[in-house]
This record gives sequence, structure tokens and C-alpha cells, in this order.
Amino acid sequence: MAKLIRNRKVVEDSWRLLPPDATVEQAAEGDSIVPLSLWKSSREALIAAAGSGRLGVWLDGADEPGDIVADLDRFTIVAVRAAKFGDGRINSSGRLLRERYGYKGELRAFGELLRDQLLMLERCGFDAFVLRDSENLEDALAAFGEFSDQYQVSAQEPQPLFRRRLAAGR
Amino acid sequence: MYQYDPIDQNLVDERVHQFRGQTSRYLAGTLGEDEFRQLRLRNGLYVQRHAPMLRVAIPYGMLASRQLRQLALIARRWDRGYGHFTTRQNIQFNWIALKDAPDVLASLAEVQMHAIQTSGNCVRNITSDPFAGIAPDEVVDPLVWCEILRQWSTFHPEFNWLPRKFKIAVSGSPEDRAAILVHDIGIAAVRNGAGETGFRVAVGGGLGRTPLVGHVIREFLPWQHLLTYMDAILRVYNLHGRRDNLYKARIKILVKELGPEVFARDVEAEWAHLRDGPATLIQEEVDRVGARFTQPAYETLAATMPEIEALIASDKGFAAWCRRNVHPHRVAGYAAVTLSLKKTGVPPGDATADEMDRIAALADRFSFGEMRITHEQNIVLADVRRRDLKALWDEAKALGMATPNVGLLTNIICCPGGDFCALANARSIPVAEAIQRRFDDLDYLLDIGEIDLNISGCINACGHHHVGHIGVLGVDKQGEEFYQVQVGGAQGTAASIGKVLGPAFSQEEIPDVVQQLIDLYIEQRDSDAERFIDVVRRIGIEPFKERVYGKADKKSQGGRGQLETAAS
Ligand code: SF4
Repeated sequence: MAKLIRNRKVVEDSWRLLPPDATVEQAAEGDSIVPLSLWKSSREALIAAAGSGRLGVWLDGADEPGDIVADLDRFTIVAVRAAKFGDGRINSSGRLLRERYGYKGELRAFGELLRDQLLMLERCGFDAFVLRDSENLEDALAAFGEFSDQYQVSAQEPQPLFRRRLAAGR
Repeated sequence: MYQYDPIDQNLVDERVHQFRGQTSRYLAGTLGEDEFRQLRLRNGLYVQRHAPMLRVAIPYGMLASRQLRQLALIARRWDRGYGHFTTRQNIQFNWIALKDAPDVLASLAEVQMHAIQTSGNCVRNITSDPFAGIAPDEVVDPLVWCEILRQWSTFHPEFNWLPRKFKIAVSGSPEDRAAILVHDIGIAAVRNGAGETGFRVAVGGGLGRTPLVGHVIREFLPWQHLLTYMDAILRVYNLHGRRDNLYKARIKILVKELGPEVFARDVEAEWAHLRDGPATLIQEEVDRVGARFTQPAYETLAATMPEIEALIASDKGFAAWCRRNVHPHRVAGYAAVTLSLKKTGVPPGDATADEMDRIAALADRFSFGEMRITHEQNIVLADVRRRDLKALWDEAKALGMATPNVGLLTNIICCPGGDFCALANARSIPVAEAIQRRFDDLDYLLDIGEIDLNISGCINACGHHHVGHIGVLGVDKQGEEFYQVQVGGAQGTAASIGKVLGPAFSQEEIPDVVQQLIDLYIEQRDSDAERFIDVVRRIGIEPFKERVYGKADKKSQGGRGQLETAAS
């Protein structure tokens, strides 16, 4: 089984990520992360096929997270793909899903990602990461400790540094 | 000068550590070339013609003498003994070996400096008015806002992988000396009728391949909302800016394609979700950041010094220097002084390590140990007692930095060009030099009056040629260096983009062309009060074209006609 980083630990991944041209039949095998296009075209069929099972959906950088707002409660996983290294739309998508749309389930980043992006993506609300094959996941965990603080607000830290400083009397 | 607190320092130190790791992964072969490239760019390192080049941030141009001494040390120890001050208030070193880069960054961190986000597709060094905080015409001191923006932009989790680089400039005076309208975001700090501080926000300006003047999308943004509004602009850009074409990825293209009104509406819609959120600024924070700036201990002095005024009356050289390189100060008895890095024969903006040490000594002796790097690639000592002007002039002359040419033709803004830059189409430094040699008579220069001449070695426009009153652009014509000339560009509140005169010229022709433009200007001006740019605006560029190329019927004569395509 493939591995991924979830909540800063390397764990086995029991989910299957379906390709852009996936069908409802493929999704019916359970624990599938379906592409947004399939979700949009076959929503009812996917819900029926899943039954009481779990559902996941994935978005590309250009996809609009607002499109799945009404269904967020149905998803155990929402995944966002960086199709190219350096595609920073994923960072904004993560923040929108967490902060604006209040998504509480697993938020997974995958695609052309390096360990050097882990901490920032976590700050944007992601809690699960599938990195490029070339990355050693155990080594990559160190990246979460690279910076001890930040000026801005983040998913973990809703107060910017200046408000926290003030509260701490610094 | 802003002083880091322990958290500021820690973040910079952690960045050095992170980069050390990235460099060793790359050198060990576990991090690919292209990925490492993106990471090193965010630390100011990119590969130039000779070696990796390191670009160090000088946030909003403010530099302390101990920092300049450290830059001198870096130049000696890891480079070839000099550095190049850029048009973006940075300093570049051209000869740093990659394996040394982490050590160089560590030595920068020792003096509260860094190279964070000086390159790559992220928010770059914030630039500002070199006279910030001391200009008599200033409405709002922009420095505290610059530092607040520096912190906001540093390692912003959401905006570290933008479609393209992103430049922000801040000004606090009605006269814009920070070229804010040719930045991705230009912020003018203003006061409203009730005396409250706020910002007029322009977006979508920029030079490069598609030069555009920015559009104001908000006339008055109350200061509390500065960061949430920035977040809104950047989010709209991050999500919707083009990522398919490098040349169309800047925010100016998005603003142009959507139209400024639609773009502004999108920003307002995004901001509606963010405004009044936790990132809303509070007075305590503005006060805290303000208090971390050291304040010069000004003495109470008379506004004028009889000895200095007498010397101005009797010594022509001193008078010329005072007129061009000495600038007014809001505190009586003080002045700001420009040390010129535009000596003929030296690449504009270059300084050797020894010069850096000596400039640092001048800053200690005359200006509270602080200075500013200007986007015109000079150095300003901002807090000089007027009574010290003569002593400073003598020292500056000895250093070859008293060329009284600020605002004049020979104060050329010039990028490193083909001598150093891998992207160049043509060399720019020898062109600057040739022009400076042609116009080396001070009386003549003073007679010509205020004029900006800017040179870029390629369309990336690091020498800001589009906003020079005269702009020179290096172009490539079948492997040969040629130069396009444009006139009518300007920075400041009446910013405009210059228009190309016509077919490109060879390097040798450029001084003559500039001479012809100047001659026509002198013939046409109403009085010396009418500057070159005023004449261009009044009579248009046609007469300038005619002067340079002759009447239309002569155009095809000589070898020039065949170059027409190269120039278009
Ligand atoms: S304008 Fe072109 S040649 Fe000059 S420094 Fe920039 S990229 Fe290099």
C-alpha cells in the first residue's frame, strides 16, 4: 500500500485516487477519491454507489472549491492537486476550503510537491500530503519543524503574530 | 532603522538553516536541478553569466553602516571585492560560489539582513522613497508601513508560489519618488479630510515586455485594512493570474484582461470575506513597529548656516553639488545628501568593498550611522547637519562620489547588461559610459537641466528604460548588439511609458543620437524651467524622430532601413 504523510506521521494510504477519466463503476469499489468532473457529472450515481461507504473528491488548481461547498459534509477526503511544481493555487484552495467553507475532514495535497512546501501547505489547512516519489517521507517530516513561528494567520494559528505578541505582553 | 526582535531574527536564522539543507540535498543529487532552482531563487540566488549571483534585500532601501561593512566583508571574502546596487534597492554580488551561499546568508543574518524572496515568483523586497521619514513634503512616514508589509509578505503561507514575481512600492509624499505606478501594487500613504491615515492603492503597473501604468482601484483604504486588502488582491491574482504563459503571468496582464473595474470588483468581493478578520491591523502594532525604528537624535539647529551660504555664493563646484545632490529635510538645520555612484568609467551602481567601508565611515560621521539605497542606484545620507556639508563634500570628492549630477543626464540608471547578465541582448554599461563621456561638462549638464536617462540590456527592463525621459533598450539583431531609443517616459505621479523613436542604432551611434535629442530640446524649450520631458509632452515625439532620422523621405537612406524589423 502506498504511504503518505497524515498529521505529521507517515501512514499507509487505504484510498485509491481515481484518474481524470474515471467511471462510476471504478468508484463503486469503495474508498475512492474521484475527480471533480466525475462528481459534477454523476453526483447521484456516486452517492448511490457509495451507499454507507466513504467518499473523496479531488480538485485541480483551476477548479473552484466553491463548487463543492454544498456537499462538503459528504466527503471524508478533499484532495487538491498541484499538477506542476510551483502551482501555488493549491495554497489558496486550501485556505478557502478550511476558512471560508469550513471543511473539517481530511484535506490532502498531492501532485508535484516537495518536502519544502509541507509547512506552508499545512499552514494553509492541509493535513495530508502525497509527495513526489523521489521524496523520502520519514526524512521529509523534519520540514514541519523548519520554522518555529510565522507573521501571518494560518490554519493552526488564527491570530497573526502581532496579536499574539500583544496578548503575551511582548 | 528597524531593529529585529528575537522572533524576526529567529525566522531569518531558520531560513539560513533550511537553505543549507536544500543546498546539500542538491549537491548530493537528491534534489533536482529545476526544483532546487525554484528554492534557491527564493533565497536570491540565480545563475548569471559568470556564476550564481546573489541578490541581497535592503528592505525599503534602509541600510546601517555596520550592515554595509558586512556587505564589504562578503564582497572581499566570497566575491571579487565589489557589489552592484540595483534599481530595486537591493545589492547583487556576481561571483558567489554556490557552495558558499549558505555561509554568505549566515553572515547576512548576523547583521539582520537576508536574501529572502529577492527572486522567484513571490512577493519581493518592498521598495520606497529614499527620503522616507525626512522629506518636508511627506504626508505620512511610509517606513512603518513598509516594515509591516515586509513582515506580512515574509514566508506568507498562501502567496509563496505566485504565477510570477510581485513587486510592491510605498510612497508617503504627494511627489512620488518610489515609482509606485510601475509596480504590481503601488501604495500611496495619504490622509483623508478627517486627518486619518489611509492608502491609495494602484495595481497592475509594471515595466518589462508589456509596460503599463498602474490603475488606482481604491482611493482611500483606512490603514487598519492594509493587510487584509493585500491578502484579497494577492488571492485574486494567485487564483486567476495566468500560469500557462510566462510572459502573460504578471498581475498587470490579469488587470488588463479583466479591466481595472472588474478586477477591483473581484478584489472587493474577496475582501468582503477577509475584512475585519484577525489580520486587521491595530494601533498597538503600528506603535510597536514604529518604536523598533531607531530615531536620529536631532539637535536643535538654525535653519541656515552663514558659512555654508557664503561658500555656496563663492564656490561654484560646491554650489553645483548643493543644488543637485543636497536635498531638503523636515528638521531645521539638516539636509539629505546623495553620494553618487555614477562616476564616469564605473558601472552605474557599482561599489568596491573599500568604497563600502568608506561610505559606512561617512554615514557614522555625518548621518547617525544610517543610509538609504535609492532606486536610481545612488546612496543617500539622510540626516546630515547643514554645517557639515562642506566637510562631507570634501570627503565625497575624495571618494569620487561628489559628481553633482543627481537628476541630470549623466545620472544614468543602468542595468548590469551583457557584461554580467545571461539574459541580456546587449551590453548596457559601455553605453552609459559613452554617454557620460560625451556629456562631461558640468555647466552644459546644468544647462540641460533635469532629465532621466535609463538603459536596459533587454526587454526585462531592469534599467527601467520605459520610464526614462530618454530610454535605451538593448536588442539583438542577428547576433549583433543594437539599441532602440525611446522618449517621453516618466516616473512619479505623472508616470508614462516612453515611445520608441524608430529603427535601432549601433552602440557607437547612441551618444550622437542623445546629442541630437538634447539639441532639439534646447532649441525648442521656452525657458530653462521647461524640462526635456515637458517639451516632449508639448511638441510630441515627431520632431524628435525627424531630428534623429531626418525627414520621412530620407528614412530609407543608408543602412538603417533594413534594421526596421529589429526595432519593431
Ligand atoms: S534588463 Fe535584461 S540585461 Fe538588464 S539586468 Fe535585466 S535581464 Fe539582465
